[in-house]
Amino acid sequence: MNIAIASGKGGTGKTTLSTNLAMLLAESQKVVLSDLDVEEPNSGLFIEAELLHEENKFKMIPEWTKDKCTLCGICQDVCNFHAVIQLGTKIMVFPQLCHSCYACSELCPTEALPMIPKKMGVLKHFNSGNLSFIESRLDIGEEQAVPLIAQTIQYVNENFSDNIIRIYDAPPGTSCPVIEATKDADFVMLVTEPTPFGLHDLKLAMETMRELKKDFGVVVNRYGIGNDDVLKYCTTEAIPILAKIPNDRRIAELYSSGKLIYNQHPEVRKQLDSIKNCILELNQMSAR
Amino acid sequence: MKEIVVISGKGGTGKTSITASFAVLGGNNVVVADCDVDAADMHLLMQPDFAQQEDFYSGELAVIDQDKCTQCGDCANVCRYGAIPIVDGEYIVDALSCEGCGYCARVCPTQAITNIDLMVGKWYVSTIKTGGVMVHAKLGVGADNSGKLVAKVKNEAKQIAAATNNEYIIVDGSPGIGCPVVSSISGANFVVLVTEPSVSGLHDLKRVYELVKKFKIKAGCIINKADINNEVSGEIEKFLEKENIAHISSLPYDETFTEAMTVGKTVVEYEKNKLNNSIVESWERVQLLINN
Repeated sequence: MNIAIASGKGGTGKTTLSTNLAMLLAESQKVVLSDLDVEEPNSGLFIEAELLHEENKFKMIPEWTKDKCTLCGICQDVCNFHAVIQLGTKIMVFPQLCHSCYACSELCPTEALPMIPKKMGVLKHFNSGNLSFIESRLDIGEEQAVPLIAQTIQYVNENFSDNIIRIYDAPPGTSCPVIEATKDADFVMLVTEPTPFGLHDLKLAMETMRELKKDFGVVVNRYGIGNDDVLKYCTTEAIPILAKIPNDRRIAELYSSGKLIYNQHPEVRKQLDSIKNCILELNQMSAR
Repeated sequence: MKEIVVISGKGGTGKTSITASFAVLGGNNVVVADCDVDAADMHLLMQPDFAQQEDFYSGELAVIDQDKCTQCGDCANVCRYGAIPIVDGEYIVDALSCEGCGYCARVCPTQAITNIDLMVGKWYVSTIKTGGVMVHAKLGVGADNSGKLVAKVKNEAKQIAAATNNEYIIVDGSPGIGCPVVSSISGANFVVLVTEPSVSGLHDLKRVYELVKKFKIKAGCIINKADINNEVSGEIEKFLEKENIAHISSLPYDETFTEAMTVGKTVVEYEKNKLNNSIVESWERVQLLINN
């Protein structure tokens, strides 16, 4: 069972929800939390766990072998991303632009562009009781988050059974990294805040989830601030509101020091319990 | 003409609210570029007129002509993205997985595959409520190439600023450290980092500043919601000092940002706010720093 926690707008509380929900679920069953916001992974700041395993993650890029090259120019012609350029008697490769499609490498008549691994980030696997926590971190200067997100999901799939509840903390936005992080999800929780920015970006996120044909529900964070346009909109569109987490300076203070909230704030606990029940119900339905 | 880019690493620190306030204070003297094309919100505060709009094409999508397809499977074999599954006995392209590399079309023995240009978004040039100009965009759902649309928005803003002799371009960036952020800061004269005193805020500030350093751009920092956690605020100040980043200002946690937004205003236009002076001073500080 894969649950993705996403939002259009950044800073609405994805990480707060992911970490608190995962820890709450871990009180009673095994759960995997995976931080897919590889550009700015924050979940680990809230989770105390033991590091079990760490591995570098690579993407494949072509490497020019001068001796074999006949300067025929095919590699440059076939690269749609302008990542391979012929400059005089040299072939230049721009790793940031490369999408690892292998076309230049495999269509080179003299095998002068073998694919080699280039490090793009690090994956870490932690454990604490029932909770397994997987975090990937993109190296600074690497521009493409998608390959690292894909490899992180693959790691989770290879290491944990389908029956375990998996929570994915997705990156903000609506473009390619979000698609990668949510495309395998059985259910998506969209976290928003009841403000004009929150509503506007929620609409974009919903459009994206509809395009992906995902089932989704909305969690309203900082409930009480702003206005009730988000609630009205969800009612009109018949989208389930899974929880309303109150706007409370105390929550912001706990979060700011890296503390979990569900065990210190009864109302938050109550709201998360209802999300937990919703997840357990979905899990039972999917097991049938 | 000087280009100021506002970024944060972490989302939700107040980037857009602060950028929009600067845009109002700058008035006619600035061109505004909303480069958070993925979740663009600044138009909600700036009342743009969407006077000029253009489609944005970037990247390609493979399309298979089933009449010419002989089901040899070569296309699926070379596709590294698993984007050509067999559905009901036919090879079809999964648009969301296809990266538009064109490899499949090159190996198809019957030329059954063509690549079509993708319309991935729209961009706009608007007059906003200050009388100034704003360039903004909307990325299509699930689209790739947000970095390229960011570059487009910025270039348009630059051309307009050059043609009209505007003093500043103010750019609202996106969260993260990936391609849209790289696009938004490349070529900038000054970076304003908006952070908040939380463990995440500081963590993300450090990562995004590593990126800024690679571009060798001068930076200043606004600590928003500074009184939420005085200890972390202190740590941020130490980090700024160590890295020689100008501490532009610290703003208190104040819900008038949200109240103002709810009525479509920036905080500097909102009567009931106590932050006005701090934001005016921040904007003056940014101008001093950029011109030194």
